Amino acid sequence: MTFWVLLTVNSVTFGGLLFLLSAGFSLIFGLMRIPNLTHGSMFMGGAYLGATLLAGELGFQLNFWLAAVAAALAVAALSALMERFLLRRLVGQQMAQVLVTLGVSLMVADLCLMIWGGDPISVANPAGLGGFVRIGAAALPLYRMAVIAIAGVFAVALWLMLERTRLGAMIRAGVDDPDMARVVGIRVSRLFTIVFALGAGLAAFAGMIGGPILSVYPGLDQDMLPLALVVVILGGTGSLLGSFVGSIIIGFIYNFGQALLPELAYFVLFLPMVLVLVLRPQGLFGGQIL
Amino acid sequence: MSGRTVAVVVAVLALVAVPYATTEIYYVNIASQILLYAVFALGLGVLVGYAGLVSLGHAGLFGVASYAVAYLLAAGHGHAVAILAGLAIALVVTAGFAALSLRATGISFIMITLALGEIIWGLAYRWISVTNGDNGINVATRPAPFGISLGSARGFYDATLIVFLLAVAAVAIFVRSPFGAALCGTRDQPRRMTALGYHVWMIRFWAFMFSGLLTSVAGILFVYYNQFISPQAVALAASAEGLLMVISGGAGTLLGPIVGAALVVIIKNVASAYVERWNFLLGAIFVAIVVFMPEGLVPGAVRLARTAWRAVGRAKLAAPASLAGPKP
Repeated sequence: MTFWVLLTVNSVTFGGLLFLLSAGFSLIFGLMRIPNLTHGSMFMGGAYLGATLLAGELGFQLNFWLAAVAAALAVAALSALMERFLLRRLVGQQMAQVLVTLGVSLMVADLCLMIWGGDPISVANPAGLGGFVRIGAAALPLYRMAVIAIAGVFAVALWLMLERTRLGAMIRAGVDDPDMARVVGIRVSRLFTIVFALGAGLAAFAGMIGGPILSVYPGLDQDMLPLALVVVILGGTGSLLGSFVGSIIIGFIYNFGQALLPELAYFVLFLPMVLVLVLRPQGLFGGQIL
Repeated sequence: MSGRTVAVVVAVLALVAVPYATTEIYYVNIASQILLYAVFALGLGVLVGYAGLVSLGHAGLFGVASYAVAYLLAAGHGHAVAILAGLAIALVVTAGFAALSLRATGISFIMITLALGEIIWGLAYRWISVTNGDNGINVATRPAPFGISLGSARGFYDATLIVFLLAVAAVAIFVRSPFGAALCGTRDQPRRMTALGYHVWMIRFWAFMFSGLLTSVAGILFVYYNQFISPQAVALAASAEGLLMVISGGAGTLLGPIVGAALVVIIKNVASAYVERWNFLLGAIFVAIVVFMPEGLVPGAVRLARTAWRAVGRAKLAAPASLAGPKP
């Protein structure tokens, strides 16, 4: 019984991390119409930067949460530069843009290997969240509960941002019909930069708060990018609800797969994607942004 | 004899002469690598260049063939059985890839092939009872068809050259055939092709199968060349490398992928002698080519040469009034 409860908690936690990762991926896809293949690198880069800030290797030490926010801001800024100076040059050529994000992801992976070496870096739980909460017979790790709560808060915040703010309305307009949005005076190209940076920051933040669970290692980007892809194919591109539901589903399949069929976990993970592709190519919630 | 025929004959003779031109086994091995990767790039080029479908999962197909051969050899089967069964397995997987990914084109096609390629990578990495995980599988011997051993660098080069020439001939015939023309039609005007009564999906499917066949052949050459296979050969970076070969050389040309393969293999070998970080360079070249020379080196060089030629001609005719070069 305890085993199943723990497995469920782990699944929801992982789903929460996946949501933070794939919400940005999905929004970028919805607006710019490209799969951002650097998204895994942003996740990994955030984790490495955060771990470095946490360890105080730059001469000053930040606590866990500040390190996560600082890493997210740094990655968001770098990504905004990449969007502005690299992807913007290739506007309208989506294939070329995808290939550029692929090239940059290879560069980032190698750069991280150069800077941080090949050994995994473990990230300690933040202060005060190292313990457990007892619910019945099961002892649930406090930190994982915190991650679930954070993902929930972000889901609501993103929803409110898209639904209730001016920026959100502009993003929705851009996703729906970029040409018409331009006609009514929305600077869609500036939205590109904002959404790209926002998605990057979310991914980097997820990388850091995923640190105590996944640790940081070379190849983390290649582990996470396909998961974001699967979530988005499953949930439908450009849909916040889709990436939420998709993340939870994939979180469950991934964790249960690893516990029950460790050798084929990766394979089992892709079965729902294949099913969706065959039965409902636009994804479960394709075409609806919220 | 036309100029083209002469060029082809000279090129083939030059390729045959490579092992005799150098006594260094190192260079013969690099030449073998170039040829085997050229077969891979030709296969991927059929899809990228002629069908207009950019696949990021081809290293998966390449790897399936490699792994199947290595696994069957390790299980004690002979070379003939391993090669034939390896090809058959890889083609079945290719058919699966094609059936799933051809539901889409363009960006979605990239995403689906990427995800499918990652499944193969995940299997190679984690299905330890079959693939031996990160440790990979060793292949003890190379085959000896008709009693000719491929164990030496020269013997292997000759065999690779024969396969390469067959592959080039196959692609050349394929591209010039009515089917090749129809394939280009589905790339440029899928709706019109449908209206003309062509079965666009079926044309793409068989192009994918042809591409998969060449890719699998290259995978088998690869596993015999290295006598070892590990998940690294199936990683996304390997698919990207193949795509870089096609795009850097020039997609949609016969010569482009071959030039691209030579370029990538040479840079990789030269670079690895000086820098440890090949992947960084790979990514940087990728970005540079996409941004500055998107049509690839072969057409790009032709364009630059032509522009330069015209500029020279104009300079002779008139004073250089404008400094701005013609936009591509």
